[in-house]
Order: sequence, then structure tokens, then C-alpha cells
Amino acid sequence: MSSPVRPEVPAISDEAFLDALQQASFGYFLRHANPDTGLVADTSAPGSPASIAAAGMGLGVYVVGAERNFITRADAAHRTLTLLRFLAESEQSDAANATGVHGLYYHFLEMDSGRRAWGSELSTIDTALLFAGILAAAAYFAGDASAEQEIRTLADTLYRRADWRWAMDGSAMVKHGWKPEFGFLNYGWEGYSEAIILYALGLGSPTHPLPPPSYREWNATFQWENLYGWDLLYSGPLFIHQFSHLWLDFRGIRDEFMREKRCDYFENSRRASYVQQHYAVLNPKQWTGYSRHCWGISAGEGPGFVTRREGSLERRYFDYTARALPYGPDDGTLAPWVVAASLPFAPEIVLPSLRYMSDVYPQMSDEQNRLRSFNPSVAADGVAGGWVAEHSVGIEQAPIVLMIENHRSSLIWRLLRRCGPLVRGLGHAGFRGGWL
Amino acid sequence: MNASEQGAASARIALRAAGPFATRLDANVRPRAWRNPAPSGRYNLVAIGGGTAGLIGASIVATLGGKVALIEREALGGDCLNTGCVPSKAIIRSSRICAELRDSYLLGVESGGRHADFAAVMERVRRIQARISQKDSADRLQSLGVDVYFGNARFTGKDSLDVDGRCLRFRRALIASGSHPVIPSIEGLVAAGYLNNETVFDLMHLPRRLLVVGGGPLGCELAQAFHRLGSHVTIVQREPQFLPQEERDAAQILSEALARDGLTIHLNTQVVKVTRAGDERTAHMVCAGKESTVTVDEVVAGAGRAPNVDGLGLEAANVDYDDERGVAVDDFLRTSNPRIYAAGDIIEDSRYTHMSEATARIAVQNALFFGRKRLSSLTVPWCTYTDPEIAHVGMYTRDARKRGIPVKTFSIPMNNVDRAIADGEEDGFVKVTIKDGTDRILGATIVARHAGEMINEITLAMVAGVGFKTLSNVIHTYPTQAEAIRHAADAYQRTRLTPLLKRVTTRWLAWNR
Repeated sequence: MSSPVRPEVPAISDEAFLDALQQASFGYFLRHANPDTGLVADTSAPGSPASIAAAGMGLGVYVVGAERNFITRADAAHRTLTLLRFLAESEQSDAANATGVHGLYYHFLEMDSGRRAWGSELSTIDTALLFAGILAAAAYFAGDASAEQEIRTLADTLYRRADWRWAMDGSAMVKHGWKPEFGFLNYGWEGYSEAIILYALGLGSPTHPLPPPSYREWNATFQWENLYGWDLLYSGPLFIHQFSHLWLDFRGIRDEFMREKRCDYFENSRRASYVQQHYAVLNPKQWTGYSRHCWGISAGEGPGFVTRREGSLERRYFDYTARALPYGPDDGTLAPWVVAASLPFAPEIVLPSLRYMSDVYPQMSDEQNRLRSFNPSVAADGVAGGWVAEHSVGIEQAPIVLMIENHRSSLIWRLLRRCGPLVRGLGHAGFRGGWL
Repeated sequence: MNASEQGAASARIALRAAGPFATRLDANVRPRAWRNPAPSGRYNLVAIGGGTAGLIGASIVATLGGKVALIEREALGGDCLNTGCVPSKAIIRSSRICAELRDSYLLGVESGGRHADFAAVMERVRRIQARISQKDSADRLQSLGVDVYFGNARFTGKDSLDVDGRCLRFRRALIASGSHPVIPSIEGLVAAGYLNNETVFDLMHLPRRLLVVGGGPLGCELAQAFHRLGSHVTIVQREPQFLPQEERDAAQILSEALARDGLTIHLNTQVVKVTRAGDERTAHMVCAGKESTVTVDEVVAGAGRAPNVDGLGLEAANVDYDDERGVAVDDFLRTSNPRIYAAGDIIEDSRYTHMSEATARIAVQNALFFGRKRLSSLTVPWCTYTDPEIAHVGMYTRDARKRGIPVKTFSIPMNNVDRAIADGEEDGFVKVTIKDGTDRILGATIVARHAGEMINEITLAMVAGVGFKTLSNVIHTYPTQAEAIRHAADAYQRTRLTPLLKRVTTRWLAWNR
């Protein structure tokens, strides 16, 4: 597929471009947080429940907002405190409509009441993303103001309450989740995934720690591959290479696996970003738009479950799914947010790509200039440019804010480098070297 | 196999006996007028079971001039010929045609699609069975010099056994009595009536709606094949992925393929009860606490296979066994009675036809020719014959890592292979795992339209001790899908180009301009 030539003279500087992108995504958390509970909506769709991962990432976003003067420090502290107080006071029990149990939380909660929504599962990874934000906030709000003191106290209380060991259900590794109606889900964390942050938090717990062998057990399921000439710890969707990295500075620190491979998880994500670009250039399914400046395959919304015949091609589109490469599913849907979240790893390919995609596919930005998934191959109903996601998603907007910031100032990484539990957890996972 | 199961098996033979091909098949594998020979003297080898392992073992000994007997209680050829590989692959071939007609427009050919004539498909199955059964026929074995007995074998001592009143003495015996399907423990299933992976091939009419319980190799193969032939198939798998033994990418590609075919897929779901009303069966399912039902015309369910140890009199021969794990053998396939060996399904972890053949060869060599061949030394590939096929040989990465072996996997997506692109068969990959820092191949997984054929190249390399880099020097015909293997080896070779080596070559080439 040929791609339009990128305009040679950018209308705004790269810095201004990133500023605008970061601030636009930040706006999601101002607009879609509940003022009473502090919970953050999963998506901008009316009536969307809260996502605890979005709420946790939101805490990191507020820290960035305070540093970037998008909001005042006091406002950021207030928003943080609202959420922490809610989490501390909400019902923890095995009742089907509680907020959580064993100090862990259900994936989706009602925005107003904070009770379990959609019959969702008690999610270990989403709880981990929530706690990563909580600990980032606790590290940032280190002042003497009463609000900041209370943030630290509540963060410590909540973290100590979380029973990570229970989430192993007596098995060798942490389970994905639990439901009161059913018990533990039949999934464990197998293969490389975004769960390093989960293990680091669990291993570092002073009260209910995961046993260190659990990390090694998980590690044993990793697959080091040579794909398109890149040696990397492989996983299909790009977000997997980013969600733990929102919080943890993996530059130079290595666990046993990475020591063996003479790599680190930061470098691995850089390679994963290049593999994404390479795949887009190869474009095996011949989707419209894919090029070296137009890539980004990850989990997310899509055009819907539709199969169309286009000449001698069969076009299968999906709704929400974990898009992945190189084996699919790949339905031509691109997630520009995931490109932005690779900025710290490979700015030399990310920035030109973001600028190119913004220029050629302006529809990927909504009215608030927030990035959203799009699919230029879908020309449904004569809509020029194809399908674009109708709504913004919290856990897509936050990585844009956090990773632009990490790229520029390493703010979140610096904060969590001195977070005792995480340092301890990484140590128990076998990480050595670098800033550790 | 208990009495009721034996009865069912006999009924199946009887049912199958309709039609000329079925008659020819039965004439080969269970001739009605067969008279058992009168035993005279001691046999070098008595093989119990006329499936693949018994047939191979008996044939080898007879070919080498030995005195050998083979005892079969049902039909020669075993599961593979009668109820397993042969009928299932014949049906899969027909089902692939259905899929190709469905998709022919993707290759620029408008076929309008065609429906399968199930009766004709099954007639073809019988014809193929009849043809292949010639190799396993009683007459052919007899002509080789094998004494073929039909009947029930029962050990009467350490070196003797009884076949329906006839006493056979042996120097060595080979237990190759095979296995049988286990009845799944699902409430109401037996009362409602169900098919297993053997009886499903007795179907005379294509069920309009079919439920397949279990997403292992057999379940996935049957589900896809019957759906493509025209049934609407629902497949229910208890685990979060199909083929839980295989790596995630392989299982994911298979899930995608089944979904594209239009099967209704329930992963992470358990069938807890089956009820019947008239000709319909309703399965009650639970997924993460949520209950649902599906109503179908037929249910195929399996719960693995159990060894055929009943009635063999193993105690009389001092042969240790277990009802679930089968006959206990050492690495040389010798049982607790040094005169008696075992091969095939009767021993644990040997439940493929090609393993039956391989273990029979080892057992015979060790039993009669002072062999010291070990079961653990075998390199055993296997394949799930879905579309695409999923084939594996050697170690899985996770097993290597758990054993502390550093490994690296070279991956070539089939959508990067010219012939696969030209064939429109791009779903899949070749992944070859080596011991990191060496070129020793530890294992491979191939997902491709003909992965079962392709894996043999890797198996050959492993058995022959050929390193991965050598495969890079093997000229493959172009264009073929097997070139993916060479691409993987080429990728390995490129990793050997260290920055230092590249600097050296760059200087050399600059100097030689």
C-alpha cells in the first residue's frame, strides 16, 4: 500500500505536538472522574462503569498534571484523596456487589456507588495497575500538608490489606481473577504479559507477599524468539510491552531471564515497537494505510464482527479483541495510543509516526484531540477514512500521558524507583543492576 | 474393554458390514470363515492385539524367519484402521474440499459452494479402509507366516497363554492390546446417548446439530470436519484454550480458524449435564459460574482413553499394570515379567499410531535380538489434523526452561513464505527452538496447511543430529511451504553475524573493491 508523503514542514514543533497530545489525554481524567468516589470511567460512553485500572492510572496522570501545571498540586491531591478514601471505606467482602474482597478489587465498578458492575471478575492485573497508581501518588505527595499525609497513610493501609497470596489459590502462579459466584477463573498468567508490575507489587508486600518462586514459575513460561530478525521476548499485542513500563524504569535492571538474554525489558519493548513497524511495512493482510509511519496493533475496540467480501479478498473485522501480530487477529484496526506509549522506547520511529498519522488520518483524534483507534480499511456507509472508535478509553488515554512524561522527564519512573515495596518486590523477582 | 464395550464394538462391526466396501474390509480384518490354527511348539513371539503395534511386531519376526502368533479379539488393524486415523483423515479430506469450495472465490474461482453428500463421504471412508486393510489382512499375515488367532487371549503362566481353549507357549510375548475410550463422567450423558471418537464414524446421516465436548486434538479435528461437511457444530472446551498442550499461538490460530469456519465455541466451559427429549439432546453448560444450554441432535464426547488390560490374566504372568496407566514397562519396554514386553497404547504416553509402530520395533528388537533400544531415546513428532494442521516435535520451550536449558526460538510466519502466500494458506508459522548459544535443535512447532508433512524435516534433523545451521544449507525446492524451515535456519545464521564479524567482513569487502 502506498502512503501519502508526510508533509515536510510540521505545522507545530514536536514539543508542542506532544504537549497538545498529553494535555488532551489528561483531559479525559478531568471529565470522566466521579467527584464523589474518584473512580474513573472505563470509556467516555454515557453510562460507562468505572475501571479500576483507569482509576489507578489516573492517579499517575494527576501527578503528571500537577507537574505540568494542568491542575494545581492541591487539586491533584484532592482528586487522589477522594479515590483513596473511597477505596478504604467501600465494602470488602465476598458479597456479589461488594467493591472488592481480600483487599483486591473488581475490574469494573458502578461509577456512583462503587459497587461491582457487569458481574465483572475480581481482577489481579487491574488491581495491580490500581496499586501502581496508588504507590506513585504516595511517592509524589511527600509533603507535610494534611492531605498529602493522609494520601500516604491510606496508600500504605490499602497496600498492606491486599492479599496477593490468596490470589494464587494454592497454585504456583497468580490467577487472573475470581468471581463470588464461581471462585477463581480458570486462567493463570502464562507467557510474557503485562504482569511484571503485578508480581513486583505482590512480591514486595509486607503483609501478604507472593512467594519468590511464583515469579520464577511465571518466568519459565516466557518465550525468547527471533522474529523478523529481532531477538525479543515476544507477545502479540503492543500494550503488553508497555503497561508495566508505565510505572517501572526497566533501563539497566534485569531479572534472571533478561540476564540470560543480555537484554532488559526496556530494550525488549523497543524491539517490540520495531517489530510492530516492520509488520506494518510487510502488511501481510494488505490493509489500507499500514506503513512504516502507520502502525500500532493492540487490544481494543474495533469496527464490529463483520465479514465482507472485497473482490478476491475476505475481510473480517472484529469488535473488542486482543489484536496481535504476527499471527493475528489483525483486522486493519490501528491504535495510535499504543504508538504514543512506545515513545520512551523508540522516539525515533514513534514521533514521526504519530505526526504522520495525525496528518493523514486527522479523524483519529476526537473533538478533544484525544487519540482513538481507527480503521482506514473500513469504508462503511461511505465514511471517508473508514471506521473510528466512537469513545475514548481510560486505559488508552493514561499511557499517552504517562509515557510522554516518562520520555521527557522520567517522572513516574523516578518516583517509583524509590518506592520501597516495588524495589523490594523487584529484588525478590531477581532483578539486579542499574538503579537497583 | 468391559463386556458391554465389547458388545458395542461387535455391534459396530455388524453395523458397518452393510455395503460392498464394508464387506471387503471385514473380509480382510475379521474374516467370518476364519479358522484358528492349531498351535504346535513354542513361539518365538506371541503378539496380543492386532493393532498397529501387534501387526508390526508380528510382521518383523515373521519376516526374519521366526515362529510368531498374533491374537486379535475384534478386528485386525486396530483403532487406527477401524475407528481412528484412517476414517478420520478420510473424512477430514472431504471436509477440506467443502472448505475449499466455500473459499474458492478467494482464488478467483467461483464455485457457488457445494454441499457434502454424507452418504457418499462415508462410502469413500469404507472404500479407503477396505483398501488400506489389505496390508493388515489376515490372509497377508498368514502368507507372511504369522499364525493369526481370533479370540480372547489370557495369560495362564509366565510363558503361556490361552486363546479360547487353545494353549500357546512362547519364548517372548508382546502385549499390544491397545486402549478404549473412557466414558465421560457427565450426568445423564450415557442415558441420553452419545458418540465417542470411534462410534462417530458409524453415523449414517449427518447430524444437523452436533455438540463436541472436548477441545483436544480429536475433538478439534472432528468438530471442524463435521462443521465443514454441513453440521452446525458447537465445541465446548473446559480449558481456556484448545489443545492446552500446544503453545498459545498455535491454539490461538486454531481458535481463529474454527471461528472463521462458523463453529460455536465455548472455551473455559464445562458440560455438567445432558438430557434427552425425543431425538434431541440438551447440554447444560457452566462458564465462570454462568449457566447456559445448547440443544443438538448428537453429542460427541470423549474423556481420553484407557488401556485394555481386563481379561488378559496379567496377574498369572506376573505382569504389573494399572487400570489407568496400563502395563508398567521399563525404558526397554520390558514388563515386570522379563519374557513379556509391551508396546502401543497399552503403555502410558504412547498413544499415537506412529508411537505404536516405533515402540513395537523397539520391543521386538530388545525382546529377541539383544537390543538395548530405549523408549526415552525416541524423537516423536505428532500432529493435530485440523486446518491448519498443528505439528510438534521435541521439547516445548516451557519444558526446556523448567529444566534450566537456555533456549531461543526462531519464528517464521507463514504469511512471509512465498508459496504459502501463493496458495492462500498464510495462517500459521514455523517455530524452531534451539539450545541458546548452540545450533542444536530441541524442538519445533509448525502450524500450516500441511504441518504434519513439514515437521518430518525437523524430526529427521533431530534424529540425525543435524544442527540448525546445516538446514540453512539445504536447498529447498522453490516455491514450497517447507522453505519456511530454511528461512528459520537462515535467521539463525544471521544471528551469528556479530558486530565484530560484520566489521571484519565490511573491511574485507571494502579492501576487495
